[in-house]
Amino acid sequence: MLRFIANRLLSLVVTVFGISILVFLMIHLTPGDPAEMMLGERASKQALEELRERLGLNKPLYVQYGLFLSRLLRGDLGRALRTNEKITTEIAERFPATVELSIMAMIFAVTIGMTAGIVSATRQYSIFDYTSMFFSLVGVSMPIFWLGLILIIIFSLKLGWLPLSGRISYTVHLETITNFYIIDAILTRNWQALKDVLWHLILPSFTLSTIPMAIIARITRSSMLEVLRQDYIRTAMAKGLTPRIIHYKHALRNALIPIITVIGLQFGILLGGAILTETIFAWPGIGLWLLNAVYARDFNAVQGGTMLIATTFVTINMIVDILYAWINPKIRVS
Amino acid sequence: MWSCAGNMREKEYKTETSISPFVESLYRLKKNKTALAGAIIVTLFVIMGVFAPILAPHDPIEQSLYLKLKPPFWYKNGSIKYILGTDDFGRDLLSRIIYGARISMVVGVVSVSISLIFGTVFGAVAGFYRGKIDNIIMRLMDLLLAFPSILLAIVIVAFVGPSLKNAMIAIGIVSIPRYARLVRGSVLEEYAKDYVQSARALGANDLRLIFVHILPNCLAPIIVQTTLGFGSAILEAAALSFLGLGAQPPTPEWGAMLANGRALILRAWWAVTFPGFMILLAVLGFNLLGDGLRDALDPRLRE
Repeated sequence: MLRFIANRLLSLVVTVFGISILVFLMIHLTPGDPAEMMLGERASKQALEELRERLGLNKPLYVQYGLFLSRLLRGDLGRALRTNEKITTEIAERFPATVELSIMAMIFAVTIGMTAGIVSATRQYSIFDYTSMFFSLVGVSMPIFWLGLILIIIFSLKLGWLPLSGRISYTVHLETITNFYIIDAILTRNWQALKDVLWHLILPSFTLSTIPMAIIARITRSSMLEVLRQDYIRTAMAKGLTPRIIHYKHALRNALIPIITVIGLQFGILLGGAILTETIFAWPGIGLWLLNAVYARDFNAVQGGTMLIATTFVTINMIVDILYAWINPKIRVS
Repeated sequence: MWSCAGNMREKEYKTETSISPFVESLYRLKKNKTALAGAIIVTLFVIMGVFAPILAPHDPIEQSLYLKLKPPFWYKNGSIKYILGTDDFGRDLLSRIIYGARISMVVGVVSVSISLIFGTVFGAVAGFYRGKIDNIIMRLMDLLLAFPSILLAIVIVAFVGPSLKNAMIAIGIVSIPRYARLVRGSVLEEYAKDYVQSARALGANDLRLIFVHILPNCLAPIIVQTTLGFGSAILEAAALSFLGLGAQPPTPEWGAMLANGRALILRAWWAVTFPGFMILLAVLGFNLLGDGLRDALDPRLRE
């Protein structure tokens, strides 16, 4: 097992190194001068030259990459051109918002998705089974940026039940410590803020959860169905165990491996979905920040943000791999 | 994970009159109701795209201030001439949606072609030659997979400039690894089989082996992936256009229409609801069809 983990860690390092080359090349090999792209076509020659000097664009490519990498290794992503703020600081402020959103979305996806999948499998071909599988088919095809808007129309504008956007109401004060608002509210025992924060989380996290929820429901159903066909389930039934015990103690445990894998992989994919969800709900997370950097042609920030999201993405996938091997010894050996 | 269509021949079917695997697949597809629903949606979508100029009642980009924000026809001040209402420029929503099908169709064809062609070539070369070249290609593919696909597409478009053309190319590039992995796996599996060795013994060169002998036997999973790929390409292109990085106004692209409708969310729900629903429907159609094809073509699922 230790060897397996070491192996995965090594390949993670190689991948992150590869990501850094790719991200670097994307900026420097695309047609056009980065300095001109940032300042626009009407920028003066002098300003362009200054920016080039400042960004080290006049140096040979490999020197530039070396500098980029050495800064990266020291955890320095440079400064955002828009704000002249350190990119790491800007990211640190916004990353908790995205993590909070993703975790909440995952809670929705896992609880609803798994419940639907289990019930569908234990009552195969029932009306519930057909409806939930229909919804999961629709869910997989869902343009979540549209769903978000529809939910806003229904729950915020027509019914007025839930807030339209943002993380917290302007009228509510919350002292931030960790920037995870739920944790901050609990730490400061600010129950009014906690309620407000949770209220703001519902629509965006539900929107973000749609696709993983649908996928989890489908995999849970098929995995459960496969297990329920096994001989030991028949034995358990013959012993006279109640269906509840058979379903949850015997079947579900053995059906969990593929489910956990899918959940892990979806976690990474949430990071991509977060870009769209955050745009719609004006959620001040890393996705919206990155997108604004794209609009502002702030290539330093795009580079840093992409680097960070991709690294998080592969790290999550590696953790899933390791967890998977831990649960399923067959993988470790091969 | 995919077994090739070549396996079909191994598992001989003991039916009274022998039917070809292709006909049998068609039969299975027809019996599968969800796949049939998918096929119908996809067909309607294609008809809409191809015959857009005939089907659309109005010009999709012609503006008229007098017709601004007309509601759908069932409202009191709606008009049967503008069935789904108009947007803030007085453009007929239905016509724009119909033309949108045409754009999504082009997006699907272009993006999927890019990823299909490059993915197949990379995958086939990697699986056929193995060794060093396989390693290099597949590591490169892993690298592309190290990004959430929508993020990679956004970044690519950000650097080369937002336009529908660049969005299609970006989406095509982002999906190359899916095809490459699939084809590589299939080629590896087929390569070991006797018919490949006998073709080689008869003097077939590498190109002929790959394209004439091996690939045709790997078609089943490729067809399924291509069908599903159409759906995700349409979805991703709509997302990019929604973010302003794909189709630019006044192009009647569904995602771009949604972005425009977003500003009207308080006044004109229809400008948001209908274009998005079309995206959902088109993607759903391809997903249903793809799932159905998988069931019909994958011999391992036959009982």
